Amino acid sequence: MIRRLLIVNRGEIALRIVRAARELGIRSIVAHSEADADSLAARQADAAICIGPPQAAKSYLNPEAILHAARTCEADALHPGYGFLSENAAFARAVADAGLVFVGPDAAIIERMGDKAMARQTAIDAGVPVVPGSPGAVSDPARALALAEDIGFPLLIKAAAGGGGRGIRVVENAGTFDAQLRAAQAEARAAFGDDRVYLERFIARARHIEVQVLGDGRRAVHLFERECSLQRRRQKIFEECPSPALDEPTREALCHSAVALTEHVGYFGAGTLEYLFDETSGEFFFIEMNTRIQVEHPITEAVTGIDLVREMLRLAGGEPLRFTQSDIQRRGWAVEMRINAEDPERDFFPSPGVVQRLAWPSGPGVRVDSGLYEGYRMPPFYDSLVAKLIVWDDSRDAALARAARALDELVLEGFATTAGLHRRLLDTPQLRSAEVDTGFLERWLSSRPATTPAKEAVR
Amino acid sequence: MPQQPIQAPFPGVFYRRPAPDQPPFVEPGQRVEADTVIGLIEVMKQFCELRAEATGTLITFEVEDETVVEAGQAIATLEGE
Repeated sequence: MIRRLLIVNRGEIALRIVRAARELGIRSIVAHSEADADSLAARQADAAICIGPPQAAKSYLNPEAILHAARTCEADALHPGYGFLSENAAFARAVADAGLVFVGPDAAIIERMGDKAMARQTAIDAGVPVVPGSPGAVSDPARALALAEDIGFPLLIKAAAGGGGRGIRVVENAGTFDAQLRAAQAEARAAFGDDRVYLERFIARARHIEVQVLGDGRRAVHLFERECSLQRRRQKIFEECPSPALDEPTREALCHSAVALTEHVGYFGAGTLEYLFDETSGEFFFIEMNTRIQVEHPITEAVTGIDLVREMLRLAGGEPLRFTQSDIQRRGWAVEMRINAEDPERDFFPSPGVVQRLAWPSGPGVRVDSGLYEGYRMPPFYDSLVAKLIVWDDSRDAALARAARALDELVLEGFATTAGLHRRLLDTPQLRSAEVDTGFLERWLSSRPATTPAKEAVR
Repeated sequence: MPQQPIQAPFPGVFYRRPAPDQPPFVEPGQRVEADTVIGLIEVMKQFCELRAEATGTLITFEVEDETVVEAGQAIATLEGE
């Protein structure tokens, strides 16, 4: 049983955890930087404690300062939220060594699932499909071609030393494979001083679909999937639950594989398994696991009626999982729109400022998770996410219509945000018909004619 | 020679170096062109290059490396030509 919870995070997620703690009768203490002393989370919590200067490296990422604060306020548990130290195994271990409950899995599981190569091998061991590829670097052309034919075309030749999209060639068919392999090796040698390359299936139209799980170390359940294909520079911006791309047999197979992997590692707490879904072939491939609560968790809460943050706290407090799989049902459809303090008209450049006017949308099916209030001065040191607008309705079409209604009600003045972008997205035939993949948003943004200046000027 | 401030266009954290283990972009007393990068400003996890905006000599930095700056704050003083 947790009595005093130290929340080491900021913004909307710190407030979200304060609320869950309050509902469970747990005292909440928000650990904040000097820049966040007047945050809504710090104000709403039972207590607040400063852990250092504004720069995250000196506060939210400073284990010594955090553990000192935990001792000072006599906390018996610590919730890391998302980002910052939430997936840092050494930190999780230090928290446990200090005699506190870390609200999340233990350090060994964070380590195992946080390393991409280890997570991939763990998935293979648990019988979960991963993106087909060569087991290691390839060099001999004949053996490489044999491997390539097993993987299937089109495929990617990736430089082992590359990263961030560099050193990748797409090979359309076996006929050009040999020449492309030699060119890729030469390029890799020139660019990275290392000519090792490996092969991976190329998924032209991939959708990002992830499965929410809860585990108590002995057994696990899934809470269905979320689709997060609308991304810009790999940052999710709009999410929905469930995924419109899955039929029931695929959904069941996907969620079942997630539970198998979760139970295989004896997972504890809330987690998310991310997959790529190849719409052309109907195959799904595990890519990584996030061992923490995620930004987009509220859409799962809306559709399942289960409060994920409260369940995390219950599990961390020593209670066994309260659900069997058949207890968890989905109802209706939910979407989340991330309102970032970024200007879509200026290539999404950050737009910090003071909240001049604020009126949140409300009414049926609308939830807002945000740390904003009128007069709030947004510090320039952290992430640009300032609010999440979550909308539920009984069908996808109804949820999208309600999302448009909610956005039209939103009044948020003082800086540029992505709210207007969401409103325009909701009008696109591709979003309405759910014909999107992870490249859709960037293609749409680059093809879209500029907004008329007159309309933007009155913002 | 006229002196002019190089100002922060938005609030953030000012850095004089491209990375912690690298030398500063410029040293005081150094000649700069309009497009010379004199530092970085980090705002909401994005880094933006700060340029001299005029040809001349960068006389002095008005703020330390890795300090918090406000929009419009003078970062350095430039003596124009």
